[in-house]
Amino acid sequence: MVEYNDLIFEISRQGRVGSNLPESDVGHVDLQDKLPKHLIRDVPAELPEVSELQIARHYTALSNKNHGIDNGFYPLGSCTMKYNPKINETVARLEGFSRIHPYQPVETVQGALEVLYELQEELAVITGMDAVTLQPSAGAQGEWTGLMMVKAYHAQKGETRTKVLVPDSAHGTNPASATVAGFETITIPSNKNGLVDLEELKKHVGSDTAALMLTNPNTLGLFETEILEIAEVVHEAGGLLYYDGANANAILGKTTPGSMGFDIVHLNLHKTFTGPHGGGGPGAGPVGVKAKLIPYLPVPRVEKENDQYVLNYNEPLSIGRVKGYYGNFGILLRAYTYIRTMGNVGLREVSESAVLHANYLRKRLEPYFDAPYSQVCKHEFVLSGSRQKKLGVRTLDMAKRLLDFGYHPPTIYFPLNVEECLMIEPTETESKETLDAFADVMIQIAKEVEENPSVVLEAPHTTVIGRLDEVKAARQPILRYVKEEAAEREKEFARS
Amino acid sequence: MSNTYRYLPDTTQDQEEMLAALNISSIDVLFEDIPAEIRLQGELAIPDAVSEPLLMKKMIQLSAKNKNANHYPTFLGAGTYDHYIPNVVDHMLLRSEFYTAYTPYQPEISQGELQAIFEFQTMVCELTGMDVANSSMYDGFTSLAEAASLAVASTRRSKVLVSKAVHPESRAILQTVAAGPGYAVEEVNLVNEVTDLNQLGQQIDKNTAAVIVQYPNFFGSIEDLAEVKKIAAENGALFIVSANPLALALLQTPGHFGADIVVGDMQPLGIPMSFGGPHCGYFAVSKKYMRKIPGRIVGQTEDESGKRGFVLTLQAREQHIRRDKATSNICSNQALNALASSICMSALGKQGIRRMAQLNFEKADYAAKALEKKGFTIINKAPFFNEFVVELPCPVKEVNAKLIKAGIIGGFDLGKDYGLENQMLLAVTEQRTKEEIDKLIEVLEAVVNG
Repeated sequence: MVEYNDLIFEISRQGRVGSNLPESDVGHVDLQDKLPKHLIRDVPAELPEVSELQIARHYTALSNKNHGIDNGFYPLGSCTMKYNPKINETVARLEGFSRIHPYQPVETVQGALEVLYELQEELAVITGMDAVTLQPSAGAQGEWTGLMMVKAYHAQKGETRTKVLVPDSAHGTNPASATVAGFETITIPSNKNGLVDLEELKKHVGSDTAALMLTNPNTLGLFETEILEIAEVVHEAGGLLYYDGANANAILGKTTPGSMGFDIVHLNLHKTFTGPHGGGGPGAGPVGVKAKLIPYLPVPRVEKENDQYVLNYNEPLSIGRVKGYYGNFGILLRAYTYIRTMGNVGLREVSESAVLHANYLRKRLEPYFDAPYSQVCKHEFVLSGSRQKKLGVRTLDMAKRLLDFGYHPPTIYFPLNVEECLMIEPTETESKETLDAFADVMIQIAKEVEENPSVVLEAPHTTVIGRLDEVKAARQPILRYVKEEAAEREKEFARS
Repeated sequence: MSNTYRYLPDTTQDQEEMLAALNISSIDVLFEDIPAEIRLQGELAIPDAVSEPLLMKKMIQLSAKNKNANHYPTFLGAGTYDHYIPNVVDHMLLRSEFYTAYTPYQPEISQGELQAIFEFQTMVCELTGMDVANSSMYDGFTSLAEAASLAVASTRRSKVLVSKAVHPESRAILQTVAAGPGYAVEEVNLVNEVTDLNQLGQQIDKNTAAVIVQYPNFFGSIEDLAEVKKIAAENGALFIVSANPLALALLQTPGHFGADIVVGDMQPLGIPMSFGGPHCGYFAVSKKYMRKIPGRIVGQTEDESGKRGFVLTLQAREQHIRRDKATSNICSNQALNALASSICMSALGKQGIRRMAQLNFEKADYAAKALEKKGFTIINKAPFFNEFVVELPCPVKEVNAKLIKAGIIGGFDLGKDYGLENQMLLAVTEQRTKEEIDKLIEVLEAVVNG
C-alpha cells in the first residue's frame, strides 16, 4: 500500500472546490462600494482547494493513523477511556438539539432546558450536593469555577484566605487553577501508603487556608480512608473542601463526595459520563456545591417555575459568568442520555465493574512489575517500572513497545511521586478477555526487558512513524505550513 | 449483576473468575476501604434504566419540544450563527478514530489528530494574518479572557480596556476571570455603535496592558482597527482583536493592523449552533508571544529516519509540566470541533470561503435596504458584515413573540445588555433566502402597523 503523508495544502490545486453554494438571490454588492479600501482584505487566505472526494480520502487517511477506543484498549489512567455509546452521537445530532440557537426565547427551547435542569438535579444526587452548574467546559474550568466560589464565599464572610492545599499526587490542573484564581498553592506530601499525610496536612492548615483540593480515590487509585478526619481538619480551620471528580468512575452509587464532607465538586462528563474525548475535547465540567455556596454559583441558572423552565440571571452574590451560553450543551446531552441508559442500578454496577477490573488486572501484573501500594485499589492503579529501569529499560520504552501490540499505553510518569510510573485504568466497558490479553502482553514485555531488551528499547516497530524528535520540535518550532519553507526543507533533505 | 447493560460485558462467570483470582467472595470487599458511615445504602435517587428503543423515542420527543432552524428560519446571530455545513464535515467527524481518541500524548498512534491540528493552526493563521495559533480554546469568549490575562502577565500592568461593543458574554467572563489575579477591567463607551476613540485615548495609560475590540463588533459594525492599534501602540498596550473568522475572508486581517493577539470562535465554520456549545475558541498570536500562548500546540518534527511527523510541543508552558507556574490551567480543549472547522474550511476552500462571506454581506445589505425602504431606521453608521441593528417602535420581546407565531425566529433583543429594548440585532446569513427575508420584513411591517 502506498503511504499517504500529504498535508491538505499539498494536494491543493488552483480552481478545485469541495463544496458549492447557491447564487445570490438578492443581487450583487461590490465590497468597494461599502467599505473603505484599507478594511478590505487584499491577500486571500490560503485555504486548500480540493474536491469533496479528496477531503474524504484525506481525513479518512488521517483517521487511519489515529488510535481511538473503537480501535482498541486504551487504559490511559485518570482519563477514563470507556466506550463512547453510539446513541449519544445520534441524539446530539437530532435537529431539535443541534439546530437551536442559544438566544431563542425560552418558550421555544423547553426541551433543551428540561435536559439541562434534569441533568443538574441528577448530578446533584450522584455527588451528594445541593445544586449544580453545568457551565464549565472541562475539568480545569470546573476547578477554577469552584475556586472562584471559594474566594467569593470567604470574601463575603470578610476573610482573606490566600492558600490552596494540594497533595503531591494531584493533577497539574489543580495548582494551575489555583494560580489562575489568584491563590498560592501549598503542596502536601503523601505518606508511605500513598495517601494524604494527615500530620503534614495539620501543619499546613490554618487561618489562611482557603481550600483543600482532593481527588478521591486519588490519582494512585487509592481511596483516602481518612477522608472524614481530613474534612474535619480543614473545616475546623474555616477552609473548604474541593473534590476533583476526575476519578468519580470509582464511586458511583457507592458513596458521594457530599457525604465525605466535600463542599464543592466537579465532574468530568467526558470521563465518567461517556462524552467522547474528541482527540482532546470538547468536554464538560459541571460543578456541584453544598447549600452554603449556592449564592455564588455562576449565572445564568436553569430553574423551574411551575411547569416552565427558565433562565435566572439575577443572583447578586454570583461569581458571574464563566462560559458562553449554558455550557457545552452537546456534551451535557450525551451525559444525560448515558445516565438514562444506565439508570440508578446501572451506574452502581459501572463503578463495581471498574473497580473489579482494576484489581484483577493489578493482581495479574503484580508479579512482574513493582507495585508500590498493596491495599485494594479503586478504578485504577499504578505500577512502577523501577525494576525494569535497573535493566536499562525505561517506562517510556515499555509504553512504546505496547504500541506494537495495538494498545494505547497507560498514563506514564504521572503521578509524579511514583518512580517510572505506569498508571492503568481499564474501565468497566472492557471484557475480561481484553484484560487478560493486555496482561499477557505486559508480561511478555517484562520478559523481553530481561531477555531481549533491544526489542523494547527500539520500539515501536509497527507504527506508521518511529519515535519523534521532540527536542527539535521545541527548539526549532514549525507550528504551521508555509509552502516556500516546506519546499526549502524538502530540497535540503534531498541534498542530505 | 445482571446482563441488561449493553456497555457492561462481564458475565456472572467472568466475575466469579476475577473474584476467585483476587481470592475474595464478593465485590463489596473491594469497597470496604470506604468508611462504613459514608457507604451508600440502597440505590441513587435517579430514574431506572431505559432501553435503547424507548430512550431514542423519548429523546426525539424532547428534541421536538424545541423550535429549530430547519423549520423556523432564524435571524439570530450575536456570536452564534446559522451557516451551512457541508455534509462531508460530519461524515468525517464520525470517524471514531478521531472522536474516541484523547489528547495525542502518544504521537506514533496519533499522527492523524496531530496533523489535523497542525492544519487547523495553519488555517487560523491564514485567516487572522497571525504567526502562531494554538489547537483551540473552550470558546471565543473564554479565549478573549485568556488573551487579557496573557497581556496582563506579559506587560506586568494591571488594567485592560475593553470596548462596550465587545460581546456582552465576553465582557462578563472577562470580569469573572479578572477577579482571580485581580486586574482591573474598564469598559470603553461607544459612539454610533463603534468604539469611541476619543474616550479610549482618555482612558488608556501606562498601566494599560491591553485594548480589546471586536471585529465586526457586537452590533455588526466594522471597527477601524488601524486607529485602535495606533492608540494602543502609543501607550505600549497589547492590541487584542476578537474576530469572526468568516468575516476575515473579506476583511483586512487583524494581523495586518498589528494585532498582538487575535481570538474568536470557529463556530461559523462547520460547527452546529447546538444551543450554544460545544463551539470552538481559537487563539492566535504574533511570534513574540509564541511561548506564552495557552493550551496545546502541535509542531512539525521528524523521526529517526527523517520522516515528517507531528508532536505536541512547547509544553513547558503547560499545567501538566509547570503546575502552578503554567501560563494557563487549560487541559481539555475543543479538538473535535477544531477538526470540524478544518474540514469545513477545506470544503469551502480558498474561493468558497470568500463566496460564503460575500453572500452574507449581500444578504444583510439587502435586508437592511429593504427595511429602510419600509421606513425602518438602521442604527449602524459604520459599514457592517452580516449583522446590523434595526430600530422598532415597540419592545423587541413583543415583536419576537409575534414573529414566532409567523414561523420566524427574530433577532437579538438589545434590551437586557444595553437597555435598548426597541433595538433588534439581525443576522442575515447565506442560509436565509430572499423569500425568508421578505417574509420577516412583511411581518415586522404588520407588527408596526398594529
